[in-house]
Amino acid sequence: MSETKKFMYVNRKAPYGTIYAWESLEVVLIGAAFEQDVSLAFIDDGVYQIVKGQNTTELGIKNFSPTYSALGDYDINKIYVEKESLEARGLTVDDLLHLTWEDENEDWAEKDSIKVVSSSELKTLLDDSDVLLNF
Amino acid sequence: MAILHTVNKSPFEKNSLDACVRLAVKGASVLMIEDGVYGAMKGTNKSDVVTGAMGDVSFYVLGPDLKARGIGEDKLIDGIKVVDYSGFVKLTVENDKVQAWL
Repeated sequence: MSETKKFMYVNRKAPYGTIYAWESLEVVLIGAAFEQDVSLAFIDDGVYQIVKGQNTTELGIKNFSPTYSALGDYDINKIYVEKESLEARGLTVDDLLHLTWEDENEDWAEKDSIKVVSSSELKTLLDDSDVLLNF
Repeated sequence: MAILHTVNKSPFEKNSLDACVRLAVKGASVLMIEDGVYGAMKGTNKSDVVTGAMGDVSFYVLGPDLKARGIGEDKLIDGIKVVDYSGFVKLTVENDKVQAWL
């Protein structure tokens, strides 16, 4: 069993209001151990999960947003954010966490993991995936 | 009989904010909490819901919920007041009752 499948995690919920966002991140990190081809998509309110500058001190709950920065170390570097979802919420890529990975084939050059894609690009990515995991 | 309305859902996912604004009388107070704070941001597809009602109702947003979500006060619609937890309590006692738009 060495077949590699293309996994797509589809994230559509805001963080903190429900547990979906954190659960998704946990599953992504667990799944990373299985050496599959993993992509993440942030759609609709899911884009709020990766907004930078989150500080939950006054809520008394864990701020899990720094954990997204660890994804690059697990070779998870295909993070797609839907352009239309950002625009509807008055957000740009500058409002998001700066997520990077190091390319071992290019002398560990640091590269951006986040790619802003249009709905039409994203639908193709979803269509090309073997497994869809929804949060 | 003054009402404090609370909205705790994202305006992009649920119609709680729309329903609240539609059914709040002039002079009412609306407090956005939890995922409801996304409704307080300017430049979104939903900002008009708040700006359109601003003349009739007072809008408040819970600061700790903004901070948790990385929303700076510079991103808020002008005229929305940021309150802390004691401000939440104050609004609750100043009004006669609370309508929570879940």
